[in-house]
Amino acid sequence: MTQTFSSTGHDRFVGTPRSRVDGPAKVTGLAKYAGEFTAPDLLHGYVVSGAIARGRITAIDTAAAEAVPGVVKVLTHENRPRTAWLDYNYQDAVAPPGSPFRALYDDKIHYSGQPVALVIAEDFDTARHAATLVRVDYAPETPETDLAAAAGSAYDPPMKRNGIKPPPKPWGDPDAVFDTSAVKVREQYTLATEHHNPMEPHASTVIVEADGSYTVYDKIQGVSNSHGYITSVFGLSKDKVRVMNPYLGGGFGSGLRPQYQLFLAMLAARDLGRSVRVVLTRDQMWSFSFRPESLQTVSLGADRDGTLQALSHDAVQQTSRFEDYQEVVVNWSGVLYKCGNVALTYKLAKLDTFTPADMRAPGAVTGVYAIETAMDELAYAAGIDPIALRLKNYTEKDQTAEDKPFGSKALKACFAEGAERFGWAKRNPEPRSMREGRELVGWGVATGVWESMMQQSSAHAILGADGRLEVGNSTGDLGTGTYTILTQIAADTLGLPMEDVTTKLGDTKLPEAPVAGGSWTAASSGTAVMKACRDVAEQVFKLARTMEDSPLANVDFERVAFAKGRIAVAGDPGRSVALVDVLRAAGVDRVEATAEAGPDKDFNAKYEAYTHSAIFAEVKIDEELGQVRLTRIVSAIAAGKVLNPKTARSQILGGVVMGIGSALEEESMMDTRIGRFMNHNLGEYHVPVNADIHDIEVIFVEEEDRANPLGVKGLGEIGVVGTAAAIANAVFHATGKRIRHLPITVDKIIA
Amino acid sequence: MLIESGSPVAADTRVGISLTINGQRRDLQVAPWTTLLDLLREHLDLTGTKKGCDHGQCGACTVLVNGTRVNSCLALAVMKDGAEITTVEGLAALSGEGRNSLHPIQEAFIEHDAFQCGYCTPGQLCSSVGLMNEGHAKSRDEIREAMSGNICRCGAYTNIVDAIEDVMGQGGGR
Repeated sequence: MTQTFSSTGHDRFVGTPRSRVDGPAKVTGLAKYAGEFTAPDLLHGYVVSGAIARGRITAIDTAAAEAVPGVVKVLTHENRPRTAWLDYNYQDAVAPPGSPFRALYDDKIHYSGQPVALVIAEDFDTARHAATLVRVDYAPETPETDLAAAAGSAYDPPMKRNGIKPPPKPWGDPDAVFDTSAVKVREQYTLATEHHNPMEPHASTVIVEADGSYTVYDKIQGVSNSHGYITSVFGLSKDKVRVMNPYLGGGFGSGLRPQYQLFLAMLAARDLGRSVRVVLTRDQMWSFSFRPESLQTVSLGADRDGTLQALSHDAVQQTSRFEDYQEVVVNWSGVLYKCGNVALTYKLAKLDTFTPADMRAPGAVTGVYAIETAMDELAYAAGIDPIALRLKNYTEKDQTAEDKPFGSKALKACFAEGAERFGWAKRNPEPRSMREGRELVGWGVATGVWESMMQQSSAHAILGADGRLEVGNSTGDLGTGTYTILTQIAADTLGLPMEDVTTKLGDTKLPEAPVAGGSWTAASSGTAVMKACRDVAEQVFKLARTMEDSPLANVDFERVAFAKGRIAVAGDPGRSVALVDVLRAAGVDRVEATAEAGPDKDFNAKYEAYTHSAIFAEVKIDEELGQVRLTRIVSAIAAGKVLNPKTARSQILGGVVMGIGSALEEESMMDTRIGRFMNHNLGEYHVPVNADIHDIEVIFVEEEDRANPLGVKGLGEIGVVGTAAAIANAVFHATGKRIRHLPITVDKIIA
Repeated sequence: MLIESGSPVAADTRVGISLTINGQRRDLQVAPWTTLLDLLREHLDLTGTKKGCDHGQCGACTVLVNGTRVNSCLALAVMKDGAEITTVEGLAALSGEGRNSLHPIQEAFIEHDAFQCGYCTPGQLCSSVGLMNEGHAKSRDEIREAMSGNICRCGAYTNIVDAIEDVMGQGGGR
């Protein structure tokens, strides 16, 4: 086994399975979420959702609601306090180009479920009851919410979204080469609109402090984003607002942008001078972000032996009328496969819906499903094994980025180890050839890929006189395990037991870090914490050298090791000094440092960075019932160094489960006549439940990467990418039926 | 039963009930429409019990009522007059080893990493204890089936089953 690279200096906890440090708080109910903080005289806001998808409010009657005892005010577009004027002020850190939605701004209705009033009352029951008494009259217009109908007017977005790579320019002549190819596949693929549905509905609690400042608890994946939004929209100085969110009841991307409940809670608190909480209902979780629908066409032309000669991947994706949401849908095809003639296009079509949002592996879930299903179709068309086909067209360079090599790419090992564990060699490739009792058995495979990114991030480390260390920054732990891995990194860097390290997150009083998304948190915040701890280590070492009769006198920093709460000369543990003794001798009560970490420009100039996976799926299908049982998944992951195999495995399990949802269950159904999602509850929008999930095996293959000092590449998204394709391919293998429109539901199996 | 239409119940109507919550007797005045969930979260500040859907579809609000798991969002507080309620905050005391130690199912959830964001966790824990009290589920398949009223969007299902199996193997933790 190769020595895995890491520069905490002394990996004792890093790389080993550790239970979550936030576990005890979460299993006892002590962990508080944004809608659970309180204040004396807290008011409760309840959102009234609009009933039409497009048009105007002609009248809004709040008298009956305001007459209910306990109701303090009903805010609407007619009486709302003024907020910032320019769109610019509403653009949060991850906003796409456009004019962000403003709740209660005017009489215009942009989408179904749009908030049209906020009822504020002394208690929750009263607010909820009074909200039913608000009467709204509309002048409706016909909404356009059918992507297929709008696709004709699709356009190349004029303003590109920050951080989203547009498709590369085409190369070769894919159309002509496709026409003359020996083996061809040209098909259309779609994946249903999905809603994130974290278990915690969106909530914000705004507490008005005695000095007039605001303490805000917001369900957000990075408090700095809410902080920037609030100060800009409400014209407040930065020190007047503190945003916190120690725990997040799931995000999956829905908490990247500040959502309208934050605006409304803040608006009411400003207006009334009192603390206000606004919690959305589950059905209101369908009134904002979602994974957008895309119409995709993939064309593959190959030689008889499967060598790709032409590849086109075209996508038309929905966005709102007011913003040009963009994600990377088609580029993956060019990243994954070597091909001399490639065209990748991505266009948007405007619909009368809210703006779509990043949802776990945004774009990749959509695009990789299409290319990886098409590759399976090509394998059958060419009569070769789907893994062999992928290896034949394997690339060590990123053709979408001037053929730069990958910093690391252990995808071949993923195929080898995954296939071995799954038993792929025993597969009879013939569709409908494998059976077990009355069920058809299908085995499918697909590739997953996600960008490995790092963002500018800062963190601090404070070593106290008692030998305890605090580290932290403002990013959020969505359940990803960030508290735990940062604790491991800090403990190793300073040679402390994990119990002596406290990690604090989700507070704008802490050093700034970006939102937790894009799978960049371990690399970004992890490196910042490591650097801050290293800085503290150097400071303590300097103090130690100046101690009277210091055992470290005349020793260089490079020659000492931090372990068991002591600094020792490497190889000579007898010559050591305890950290607490150093601080005591120096007469200081703390040693602290704040460090910055950012992407390695030299590395990025030379390499492209991605995580990869090979996913193997087994389905068992009763054709008469049309029921698909997903009995087995093996997901082999290449994502650099794994900091904590226990929480890392959970990240992949979670991604796989969401992929199973994409493949077999999740579908927000739009009634295009009225422009409304009809199944806006968890009874009718199906997400996987325990009975749907059988064996999932996660393999982390060895991969050394040097994009950052920790050698990590990120794990939050890679588990979901490609999973749906592996399942859809398994369904084809079982039944001989190629279903190109997810989710694969009973009706499609028995059709 | 048909409800006769007539004059609505006055907004300030309150009904006196008595509940034993996590071993502590509470005499309460509650509105007849207040759910057990809202009573716990909004009135008693026992926010460990979560509201995920308020429709009995997600299980985040699961508590034990006289040892049986129920969706507290679907139960009106007044209907539970006299009942013994255990929420996640009171689970540790059930283990009989005092309030400071955790219930074996809580320990097992930590050990098996049976949660990520933690929001469904109180419901999963109470549901697990309820399931063990019922004594019907023996195999992994049966546990999966009987735990399907509790959604975990983070996808910790396999670990949840591992944790429950582990505790059942130790004799159920009671």
